[in-house]
Amino acid sequence: MRVGIVCPYTWNVPGGVQQHVRDLAEALIGYGHHVSVITPADDDARLPEYVVSAGRAVPVPYNGSVARLAFGFLSASRVRRWIHENAFDVLHVHEPAAPSLGLLACWAADGPIVGTFHASYTKSRVVSVTAPILQSALEKITGRIAVSEAARKTLVEHLGGDAVLIPNGVATERYAMAEPLPGWPGRDTTGTAPGARADGGVLGFLGRMDEPRKGLQVLLRAFEILGPQRPGLRLLVAGPGDADDVVARVSPALRDRVVVLGMVSEADKVRAYHSVDVFVAPNTGGESFGIVLAEAMSAGAPILASDIEAFDRVLLGGRAGALFPVGDAAALAASAGELLDDPARRKQLSAEARAAVRRYDWSAVARDVLRVYETVALPGRTVVESGRGA
Amino acid sequence: MLPDWIYDVVFVVAVVFLVGVYVSRRATRLDRLHVRVETARAALDAALVRRAAVALELAASRLLDPATSLVLATAAHEARTADAESREFAESDLSRALRAVVDQPDFTATVSARPEGEAVLEELAAASAKVVYARSFYNDAVASARTARRKLLIRVLPLAGRAAWPGFFEIDDDPPRP
Repeated sequence: MRVGIVCPYTWNVPGGVQQHVRDLAEALIGYGHHVSVITPADDDARLPEYVVSAGRAVPVPYNGSVARLAFGFLSASRVRRWIHENAFDVLHVHEPAAPSLGLLACWAADGPIVGTFHASYTKSRVVSVTAPILQSALEKITGRIAVSEAARKTLVEHLGGDAVLIPNGVATERYAMAEPLPGWPGRDTTGTAPGARADGGVLGFLGRMDEPRKGLQVLLRAFEILGPQRPGLRLLVAGPGDADDVVARVSPALRDRVVVLGMVSEADKVRAYHSVDVFVAPNTGGESFGIVLAEAMSAGAPILASDIEAFDRVLLGGRAGALFPVGDAAALAASAGELLDDPARRKQLSAEARAAVRRYDWSAVARDVLRVYETVALPGRTVVESGRGA
Repeated sequence: MLPDWIYDVVFVVAVVFLVGVYVSRRATRLDRLHVRVETARAALDAALVRRAAVALELAASRLLDPATSLVLATAAHEARTADAESREFAESDLSRALRAVVDQPDFTATVSARPEGEAVLEELAAASAKVVYARSFYNDAVASARTARRKLLIRVLPLAGRAAWPGFFEIDDDPPRP
């Protein structure tokens, strides 16, 4: 199948949508399909073979923040030419409601168009004004996908219509193997008898440290219970936020055992997952899927997570990771203690997690996306330029 | 100096022209929405036919016991032959039958172990998923078309032509989960 994918944001700038497009494109190519991606890119950017540049994106204020977007006649004509030259079976537009390449592509094309909606917001200041402008472009999309329940809700409430839910994939093999961070013993896989390990174990957390929904405060309270009981136990915290602020919330006696890395690189993040004995996901809600959880599962980290609905589902009701009542620090401490003392159980959870996360691997997600393509594709017809014999 | 009525005429002509352009654009848009509904309906019908065919294939494959085969074959046949009125019920029944079959203890493991078994199950999963997608896309198209046709202008002027009032397709299409 010939697939054209439109990425609205600058290729070389890190971002969720770009990562999604890259992983999807590579998974589709892996299945033997012809894929071309058009995206804004800086002039000197090195692009993979399957990527075509639509020129530079311009920073403009949009919807309350400054976004780098590609618009204007030049971008529009490049998208048009790309559509014309490639004769795709399906055009897959990402974030078609953003004023960037996606919207231009909807405008310029006729035929089977799939649109994936990523963003979720509860309030948009401009949507009542922009809805009529967007409407005629969005109405051309024949198959809509939302990457999360929140994105789907946003779509239903602000733009009307419905979408099928196909969550982001996880590039599980990217997380599968890594050395622990320097100074950390790494996950104990030897099955050493309880108490025989010198270091006392490591609990890990990854996520925004200053966002209550991520639940770091619950884990810190649990560490106040566990720390005094287990003299060697350490806590490794990584993620955006103010590190000093986190340390200040820990009682002075325990401070030297709480290591806050702050924001880490992608490579260090993978190593962090491999540095902990138990990965804790104490989120208090608002998660539709938990990409961090899926990454930790891919790394084979034994997981202890709050029993919010999304985590319960991802962890197969507790089979692929232990669950504790959401927000309950004492229960978290008790469960963490049990896991730290039970290497066999940790090993089993690790194996179950690796197996369970395969359902979320990009190869599985790309297969679902392909089914959407096959549903909307019209035999014997390709995507054509708008207004030219559609 | 031109007489005043010339300006009036020019003004009226301009207004008529602009109204004409506007009405024509609305009509084009509505037409596009109707085409989208028809295309989505064709895709939905194709997906439903495909799913029934895969169910029949599974029933006839000797991968199953005769009782299960009979349940599946009956449901698939009902779905294929149902008239417009009972179609939604028959397709829902096929969804339920498929779930009941796949939900049997060890069904996936047993069928996968046989030759061809895995391929048939994969086809069944794909066909069931495509019904969910196709139905969602169809109902989405219907909702857009209905909203457009409820607009005052479209109701007053006969812009919708003879296109039928599009109806949603409501079935239980929850796929079997192996």
